[in-house]
Amino acid sequence: MDFDYSDEQRQLKDGVERFVRERYQFDQWKKIAASESGMSEENWRQMAELGWLAVSLPEAHGGLGGGAVETMIIMEGFGRGLVLEPYLSTVILGATLLARGAPEALQAELLPKIGEGRLKLALAIAEHQGRYNFADVALSARAEGSGYVLAGQKCVVLDAPQADKIIVSARTGGGAREAQGISLFLVDRAARGLHLRAYRTLDRRRAADLAFDNVRVDAASLIGGRDRGHGLLSEAIDHGIAAVAAEAVGAMQCLHDATNDYLKTRKQFGVPIGSFQVLQHRMVDMHIALEQARSLALMVNMKLDGPAGERARAAAAAKVQIGQSARFVGQQAVQLHGGMGMTDELTVGHYKKRLMMIDVLFGNAEHHRRRFAEMEGAEAA
Amino acid sequence: MDLRFSEAEIAFRDEVRNFINDNLPADIRAKVRRQVHLERPEIDAWQKILFRRGWGAPGWPVEHGGTGWSVVQRHIFEEETAALDCPPQSPFGLSMVGPVIYTFGSEAQKGHYLPRIVSAEDWWCQGYSEPGSGSDLASLRTRAVVDGEDYIVNGHKIWTTQAQFADWMFCLVRTDFEVKQQEGISFLLIDMKSPGIEVRPIITIDEGHSVNEVFLDNVRVPRRNLIGREGKGWTYAKFLLGNERTGIAQVGGSKRRLRRLKEIARAEHVDGRPLIDEPSFRERLAQVEIELMALEYTNLRFLADAASGRPLGPETSVLKIRGSEIGQRISELAVEALGHYALPYELPREGMNEPPVGPEHGEGLVGTYLYGRAYTIYGGSNEIQRNIIAKMVLGL
Repeated sequence: MDFDYSDEQRQLKDGVERFVRERYQFDQWKKIAASESGMSEENWRQMAELGWLAVSLPEAHGGLGGGAVETMIIMEGFGRGLVLEPYLSTVILGATLLARGAPEALQAELLPKIGEGRLKLALAIAEHQGRYNFADVALSARAEGSGYVLAGQKCVVLDAPQADKIIVSARTGGGAREAQGISLFLVDRAARGLHLRAYRTLDRRRAADLAFDNVRVDAASLIGGRDRGHGLLSEAIDHGIAAVAAEAVGAMQCLHDATNDYLKTRKQFGVPIGSFQVLQHRMVDMHIALEQARSLALMVNMKLDGPAGERARAAAAAKVQIGQSARFVGQQAVQLHGGMGMTDELTVGHYKKRLMMIDVLFGNAEHHRRRFAEMEGAEAA
Repeated sequence: MDLRFSEAEIAFRDEVRNFINDNLPADIRAKVRRQVHLERPEIDAWQKILFRRGWGAPGWPVEHGGTGWSVVQRHIFEEETAALDCPPQSPFGLSMVGPVIYTFGSEAQKGHYLPRIVSAEDWWCQGYSEPGSGSDLASLRTRAVVDGEDYIVNGHKIWTTQAQFADWMFCLVRTDFEVKQQEGISFLLIDMKSPGIEVRPIITIDEGHSVNEVFLDNVRVPRRNLIGREGKGWTYAKFLLGNERTGIAQVGGSKRRLRRLKEIARAEHVDGRPLIDEPSFRERLAQVEIELMALEYTNLRFLADAASGRPLGPETSVLKIRGSEIGQRISELAVEALGHYALPYELPREGMNEPPVGPEHGEGLVGTYLYGRAYTIYGGSNEIQRNIIAKMVLGL
């Protein structure tokens, strides 16, 4: 175990910081967020050139074979910059599923494209009735001829409008909410019968509700084997949690620093408001919340490649801590900025909204605390 | 950065595990598991076992009798000793005064005191607080005046943990009343057998005897027992606090208590099913366990910083704050888990033949809860810790 960055990791960190400094000043962010696609193709190309889109891909398919540490560095930087490009959907979730579940030929076709910035993905797993339980899959896949026919709905699919392909969970067997019987399919966004209701989200990103109206896919688009998608999905989601944990740490750090600066400069009653002990202690509690989040973000990334049970437990714990810290830091950042914290002109609210998104993504703090508690029950048995 | 254990680290873990299983006396292990208050002979026995193996001072450099372990090795050792119910090592010598002596002490002091700490020959206590100097420690008034080759010390220390067992006390005294408060303080090593020292017990709300008042009435202390330079005591005291912090997170102890709490929650019942299956209780249990995981990794991060040559500073106050809050939370849940049997409170007494009232798993828990209210008070109250972070880390 070694906690110091290697030279390469340090260079990556510097590179991400430079990217954010040069391409994600607040005004630039606003422009990209307000654009038609809500992302910048130029930034995406730049990320490809810098090797970031290939960093965690397997070396056999043009990847750099990097691990959790590289992803952590990139995502924390993206959290600071509120980076809008669909890195999570494509490189973390999509590529993880493909690299671990897709047939070799499909991997050889698609993974290099991801690395080169020529393929964007989205992951459609949530259904309204299922809330955060991604085993609650009602969307059906019926075998027909040499392929399948998909019918049903998915809700709030992030980055779907700009994705080229969408990975969707569907039920090929088993009963409602059963883990067994879930299969994953790779579907063209433009497939016939797939209807998108696109919209923007709280944090000005893009998402869509999807309706699958008898969408035909061939058997080769099955990822991870029929009926056996759930385990693979759990693994990808834990990778997603580890990535957004790092992103949240970056965003919280910005809120922390902005608030701390404000306490030193804002004067009332003739003194900086940071001289008041009640505000000092509140600021310290924000600091502690951030440090605890940082620790579990590190832990979940450490455990990603370990045994599945430990990985899941770490992911649940991290998601609880991240969610709770994010709420506290976000709310207190607004509170301590007073009226200014309420304005759209400050970055404070935008970080807060990104953190609200992250709390809900993959299930919020309450959901994961229940999950974690149930794992306890399993341990007791 | 590489977040996996190396093969050598895994081998080390197995070595520690095997050593503990082969060498920790069963009766001591059982007491630790039941959270029974340990006496000095038991803590000494384990310390001597570790000492003979060369592991008496896990955190010290080799040249002073330590192990010279890496941060990761120390982490592994802490994990394993806590998981396998080893008694905690006494902190006053190993974590507190020891590092002060090897960092600021003379060669003679190092040669004399350090080996005796590692081998459990000497027990230490900490003479810091005074009746008028709690959070405002720098206002302390115990005075030491030079008289030939000695200091003559007069004053009154309070809240002195284990003074009734201690052979030595490291003591903050005022040697100069003319300068700024912090600059007039010196760091003295005082033999507890010196004439003029009187230790009086203070009984705490758990009705136990852990802390004391120490009265110093014209106590002669040789000048060679001064650490470093006169007037620099405050600097050494601050160094000690920073050094002590990673231990003060109490991760190992909290893990052990949490494990016991789960056993109790499995044994106690509510509406015909184990308390641990009651959703509200189980989620609160999960909450504190997650917080403890976060603390553990925060501790690890700080240790790693220290190992990379970035000295630990006031940011480690986070460990004290979270460690004490989590410790209190666990014992609060334990009391809750006991239900009615949180109420009987019979102190062990001589000639008592009957077994204690209530389930055996409840032994000592309410006392631990009561004494544990001190976690957020001692070692600099949590409010003081927040002041420290605000000022020293956040620059407010």
